Amino acid sequence: MSHHDEENDAAGRADEFLQVFKKGAEFTQDLLKENERLRFRVVKLEETLKEKGHDVAADAPDTIELKKKIVELEQEKEEILGQIKVVEEENQNFANRYVEIEEENNMLANLYIASYQLHSTLDFKEVLKIILEIVINLIGAEEFGVLLLDEKTNLLEPVASEGLETSDLPSVAVGSGIIGEAVESGENYFIESMEGYERDFQKPIVCIPLKIKDHVIGVIAIYKLLTQKDEFTNVDYELFTLLAGHAATAVFSSRMYSDSERKLSTIQGFIDLLTK
Amino acid sequence: MTGYKVLVVEDSPTMRQLIVFALKRIRGFQIIEANDGVDGLKKLSADKFDLILTDINMPIMDGLKLVSMVRNDPNYKETPIIVITTEGATEDRERALALGANEYITKPIQTMKILETVKKLMNV
Repeated sequence: MSHHDEENDAAGRADEFLQVFKKGAEFTQDLLKENERLRFRVVKLEETLKEKGHDVAADAPDTIELKKKIVELEQEKEEILGQIKVVEEENQNFANRYVEIEEENNMLANLYIASYQLHSTLDFKEVLKIILEIVINLIGAEEFGVLLLDEKTNLLEPVASEGLETSDLPSVAVGSGIIGEAVESGENYFIESMEGYERDFQKPIVCIPLKIKDHVIGVIAIYKLLTQKDEFTNVDYELFTLLAGHAATAVFSSRMYSDSERKLSTIQGFIDLLTK
Repeated sequence: MTGYKVLVVEDSPTMRQLIVFALKRIRGFQIIEANDGVDGLKKLSADKFDLILTDINMPIMDGLKLVSMVRNDPNYKETPIIVITTEGATEDRERALALGANEYITKPIQTMKILETVKKLMNV
């Protein structure tokens, strides 16, 4: 074989090899595609099986019964939760009411003690002292005065005070200024806002007329509250009116008693003088 | 629950009655009253008390002096003391607590607060 023949033979074999390699590559590509197709088919089949299996379970009588039970239980749960909410709201209302009743109860108890103390004596000075104690300890006033009506002069005269000198308090004519007007009308007076208030004996922050029915015998004028007491509560307003009534009767009866005692002693003096 | 002895030291008879009346709502409390610090000390030395409630502003001996003396008495080192006073300033509160008071309540009377505080301190 010549050198030229040998070269032609080698080229033919290389060509043949390339053809085989190409076919191999094409075959591999086909195999990969087929593999992909089969995998896809497997997944599809698995899904179908799953669906079929589920449908079968869903149709089973036990499953239907269980589903029904679940729905019933869910409804029952919702109802119970609703009831719990209602009970909780009721409970909260009862708790709030309990606190309110406790506060009212305390106020009544305090009022009972206050009125008991007021009517425990016929000594005029002691009655005034008790009024001061009540206004400090129950109302929370720091500076205030008690003025009583002199029916001869129609002037309100200061008779007792706390936190300030009684002698510093002015006499007030009925109908004049805040104090006089409160006495004339018989209505409690409360300043609209305590902000920026500066003590003025003619302009107290609170005026409580001391009334026996419609008959006013005096007034409590408050000029300053305790530091910790920055405002009045609803209970305070009720307390003011109730205490003012009890304080008025206590003042009135103790005054009458003192007057009658004085008159009695004068008459006794005359009798002693005449009989000696 | 029986046998707790409580001393109420307060110069104002009205306020004293208000406190006593409130405390009587707790069962088993035996309440003794004193008019001022000196009267309080006398009663404290004559008996053993489980709780002391005291005012600050009182004649003869004030409440702060009483608290201080009570705390120096070995018999009353741990006895709860509640101060009930018109003095609402922070420094007054701090002074009372520093001297040994357990609680500090301001006037006007706060019945519910007094009862809550007493129950908390006495575990009743």
